[in-house]
Amino acid sequence: MAVTDVPRIVTARLGHDDSHTLERYLATGGYEGLRKALTMTPEAVAAEVDAASLLGRGGAGFPAGRKWSMLRKDPVTYLVVNGDESEPATFKDHLLVERDPHQLIEGVLITAYALGVTQAFIYVRGEFALGLERVTQALNEAYDHGAVGTDIFGSGFSIDVVVHPGAGAYICGEETALLESLEGKRGFPRIKPPYFPAAVGLYGQPTVVNNVETMSNIPWILLHGGQAFAGLGEGRSAGTRLFALSGHVRRPGAYEVEMVKTTFRDLVYAPVYGGGVRGDGKVKAIIPGGVSAPWFGPDQLDLPLGQDEVGNAGSMLGSGAITVMDSSTCMVRAAWRITKFFARESCGQCTPCREGSGWLERVLRRIEQGEGREEDIDLLLDVSDNIAPGLQWPPQQTTICVLGPSIPSSIHSAIDMFRDEFLLHVKEGRCPGG
Amino acid sequence: MTHFDAETAARARELVKLYPEPRSALIPLCHLAQEQDGWLRPEAMEEIAALLGITPAEVRGTATFYDMLHTEPVGRYLVSVCTNIACLLGGAEGLLEHAERTLGVRAGGTTSDGMITLEDAECLAGCDRTPCVTVNHRYVGGLSPHAFDQLVADLRAGRRDGEIPPHGTLVRVRRNGGLRVDKERIAAERAATADAQAARARAAKEAAEAQGGAAEAKGGAA
Ligand SMILES: Cc1cc2nc3c(=O)[nH]c(=O)nc-3n(C[C@H](O)[C@H](O)[C@H](O)COP(=O)(O)O)c2cc1C
Ligand code: SF4
Ligand code: FES
Repeated sequence: MAVTDVPRIVTARLGHDDSHTLERYLATGGYEGLRKALTMTPEAVAAEVDAASLLGRGGAGFPAGRKWSMLRKDPVTYLVVNGDESEPATFKDHLLVERDPHQLIEGVLITAYALGVTQAFIYVRGEFALGLERVTQALNEAYDHGAVGTDIFGSGFSIDVVVHPGAGAYICGEETALLESLEGKRGFPRIKPPYFPAAVGLYGQPTVVNNVETMSNIPWILLHGGQAFAGLGEGRSAGTRLFALSGHVRRPGAYEVEMVKTTFRDLVYAPVYGGGVRGDGKVKAIIPGGVSAPWFGPDQLDLPLGQDEVGNAGSMLGSGAITVMDSSTCMVRAAWRITKFFARESCGQCTPCREGSGWLERVLRRIEQGEGREEDIDLLLDVSDNIAPGLQWPPQQTTICVLGPSIPSSIHSAIDMFRDEFLLHVKEGRCPGG
Repeated sequence: MTHFDAETAARARELVKLYPEPRSALIPLCHLAQEQDGWLRPEAMEEIAALLGITPAEVRGTATFYDMLHTEPVGRYLVSVCTNIACLLGGAEGLLEHAERTLGVRAGGTTSDGMITLEDAECLAGCDRTPCVTVNHRYVGGLSPHAFDQLVADLRAGRRDGEIPPHGTLVRVRRNGGLRVDKERIAAERAATADAQAARARAAKEAAEAQGGAAEAKGGAA
């Protein structure tokens, strides 16, 4: 069992009850990364992050260094942090926002300095009331400490940071929808291209959007060097990653593990992580990267937790959420609930997504309630194919954002892996599991 | 046109000033209005529209997109029970049924005493303690039906009021940093920062050219 002995990067302080306070932060190396960055040129700071091979932790896994370098050719106007975390079963940014807000703020300040940005926004999911309080409090403390505001730490660099609350809409996690929301509008994703808000972002200005966990890694990278970070993990998947483990495990929770060196099996079974599967201990299926990701069976438990490794196996690490379903789980019910989520959260701009999600939800509900027909199973695949033609991974995009093409993932997986169970629902007119 | 009380109005004006464009303050102002009234009243939307220089219809049109902004009255406590995948695996459906039965309302409804609005919620990012329940967006943990009954009894008796404020109060911590600096000063400082950056870039370029262009551009802090 590979539980590697590596430094904790983003969760180093979480053992302390007062991990969110400035006192604890300063007593544990807080704002040292920022002080160091301010003695360097912005270019050198960005080079350090580039060397780290830090992949974005929000879902798409785009290298942070590369994103920044696209922008450094043109002056960047805004930095926006994505703390909207609403992908079902994902709860790692929630932890970072509540338990180590100074680390997040320090990451934002260093990034702003590297990009030459003087205005940053931290968009926090509205439901995180305590998280919003903690970040606001931390920001107030950081201002008093001289780390934010005018001439920070006497460096001549000035920056303002605004904490912005969301108001409950999954789609606002999609970065262009998030910018619309930040402009005071409905969270409608913008039509692409441009593919990145780099060129046309907030108020039409060049903007970098990065995830909370991505930002929270930056202070450590500055303090210990990009090479030290790149030395952890393997290949493109450098460093550690915070995984939100949920479902039928004995110890659900958010665990920071070394990438690639750790496998799904390690995460689910190691006593320090998931501690094994509840009930009869058998894994029926796992959802590897949030509900937008195709599922894996127990035969794939030995896959390493690495971006390319999981991608090549036909799914994704996505938002870092891993949900374990044991042998008692009704797969029709699971697929139905996930589809219901998409039907509720589709923003409605694109017909395949808006209409397709509703259809799929109704057909799945009918099967689950024992009123399904055998043809319904192929109907599900057919409607899915209309949303994401070919049902391949990664899906073909027919809509403005990738919410739509993500809808078929669970349905396709469930039918592929458990068609017999769907048939039994239809034949027996009820859930065979009871 | 003074639906907001004096303190709320003052805070509303501060919020607007935080953003490069006033309309960005729309969601924060809606939260503020809910803090005063418990929900988003038409009068509040009119006042927000005036503050932002847009129409009340634009405020309503935006607000109705968001689950947390309520254009209808809400109970003193909004009890949200997540039924999404991790909570489903942890027994959320049973809990929601229990809640509907004991409260005598369907999800989405409010008890006749106006105390509790029950909600069937999407993932609340508290999936390690299932089924996840929040009250006015404060996490109260994964609850058994018995613990749920205790929670409701406590809420009705006001025993959780210290930790759970009435509906609408999103944050109890106010921003103070940054607001002490007025906008013109921030603008002047930003301009100065931009000048310094340009100077640094020039110096770096000159230094690089002086070394035949081969040296790494490492202009010192200007
Ligand atoms: C439907 C949808 C929801 C998303 N939700 C989130 C989210 O909650 N948090 C997040 O950081 N990224 C989310 N993303 C990804 C963002 O669009 C974006 O890629 C990310 O914030 C970039 O940050 P990173 O490069 O640091 O990962 C979502 C994407 C889509 C399509
Ligand atoms: S794919 Fe769905 S969520 Fe995305 S823009 Fe289209 S309708 Fe909206
Ligand atoms: S699935 Fe219920 S809180 Fe995440």
